[in-house]
Amino acid sequence: MAQLAKRLIPYAFLAPALAVLGIFFVWPLLHALYLSGTDYQLGGVPLWVGAAHYQRLVQDPMFWKATWQTFLYLVGVVPPLVGVSLLLALAVAKPRPGIRFFRAAYYLPVVVSMVVVGIAWRWLYAENGLLNGWLSGLGLGGVGWLTDPSVALWAVMAVTVWKGLGYYMMIYLAGLQTIPADLYEAAQLDGANRWQAHWAVTVPLLKPSISLVAIISSISALKVFTEIFVMTGGGPLDSTQTLVYYLYEQGFTNGNFGYASALGMVLFLLVLGFSLLNLRFFESGKVQA
Amino acid sequence: MRRLRNLADYLGLGLIAVVTVGPFLWLLSTALKSAGENIFAFPPALLPELPTLSNFTAVWETVPFGRYTWNSLVVSLLSVVANLLLAALAAYPLARMTFRGKGVIFVAILATMMVPFQVIMIPLFLVCLRLGLVDSIWGLVLPTAVSAFGIFLLRQAYMAIPKELEEAALIDGCGPLALWWRVMLPLIRPALATLAIFTFVGTWGDFLWPLIVLKDPQQYTLPVGIATLAGTFSGNWRLVAAGSILSMVPVLLVFIVLQRFFIGDETAGAVKG
Repeated sequence: MAQLAKRLIPYAFLAPALAVLGIFFVWPLLHALYLSGTDYQLGGVPLWVGAAHYQRLVQDPMFWKATWQTFLYLVGVVPPLVGVSLLLALAVAKPRPGIRFFRAAYYLPVVVSMVVVGIAWRWLYAENGLLNGWLSGLGLGGVGWLTDPSVALWAVMAVTVWKGLGYYMMIYLAGLQTIPADLYEAAQLDGANRWQAHWAVTVPLLKPSISLVAIISSISALKVFTEIFVMTGGGPLDSTQTLVYYLYEQGFTNGNFGYASALGMVLFLLVLGFSLLNLRFFESGKVQA
Repeated sequence: MRRLRNLADYLGLGLIAVVTVGPFLWLLSTALKSAGENIFAFPPALLPELPTLSNFTAVWETVPFGRYTWNSLVVSLLSVVANLLLAALAAYPLARMTFRGKGVIFVAILATMMVPFQVIMIPLFLVCLRLGLVDSIWGLVLPTAVSAFGIFLLRQAYMAIPKELEEAALIDGCGPLALWWRVMLPLIRPALATLAIFTFVGTWGDFLWPLIVLKDPQQYTLPVGIATLAGTFSGNWRLVAAGSILSMVPVLLVFIVLQRFFIGDETAGAVKG
């Protein structure tokens, strides 16, 4: 009896966590797959329709527009996050007096909720807001940051980047801790200046961190929602519509649970595909420091 | 020459700080401006002429701001307790024991990190509907009561503890639960603190799920409340700015007081050597 109890111990420890994950994750995931094949309106009964939603999806121009704009979001947000955060990390890596203040200042946007960040930037982007005020002062016209369909998506992207910089900076800083200073100093002795030494020495050794940042920021970009909800609501003229926002609209504004679930499955495949792609791309040539 | 370069460095760092902190300061400035000042003035006035706190009091009168804050506080703290407990329990066997199915469970937990929340949010809503968790604190706490991130973080921490300590306690006749509670947990305190803080900040700022699961405005958490404020009173920028600044205060306090958990101490992050 005691022997049985002893063997059950690991499972006992795992039980609460697994119960929560089972009820609130695994079951919903399976259910989502099922729902994606049903016509299910809120308040109604699920009606099996097979692959109908997926067929509709492929022919839905809004789906393609949202997916395209999600892809643009990826392209617009990941490179700056990967690159600029790295520069920031290099800039604050050296322990000078007061450097902690700067690190904290750069991390501040990360801690504040995206709702407040979205509001703050909506205010900056306002027609008569600060940014346009300064542009007018320079003699340039104002920009319809959030009202011009050709600008809005990029304006929102800038906010995502702005909020994320400090977070990825910290990941890089952690990675920098594993690089011995002598390598960097040796490069400088060989005549390289600060930036050349970094480019030749530090950056290649940071490949694991760069890969990590690329993956995390890619997945975040694919899931973007709050900043769009707070700043543009998908507009103007659906120019800031993304896959997740469309999913939300279809599910919770229009009550089309079935169709929304199908959209969700597509999102899932995209994220999975991206994670695997990133891993494949960066795993090759990993330096064993 | 060194001096000049140093100065230039600090100036550069300062400029970046203006970019990252500036938008909040501008929001604060707007929140402090009295009714008579033109917030759309050109050229834009960075400092209020007649600073006033009336916008902040107006927020309290317009929306149940205290209620929002309380809800956020309760949910965040419960979430921290739940996450710490569940992750600390679950990570222990994954770090220290061998048992049938360990690999499968490990991979399954890892896999949960691959699935975006938005993929499951609809059926999750339906589950909560069926369990009567909609519009309740538990609807916010239970679904996110444990995270793969937390489990892996604590697993790392457990694995760093020397096996001898465990063995010594076992020789002394310590049962597994007591061993976990009295010996292992205290030894991973730093990781627990880190998890607590990240869970707190994450739950505090969570928006999409509370937006979906809460219908009664009395149950709203701060982010939902502020977003509603910004939506309903979208023309009244002073009010919205004041509300946003107020909602930042608790997290700011946590950040300032406990910043070493976020950004490490003075020498952390420096190039090694």
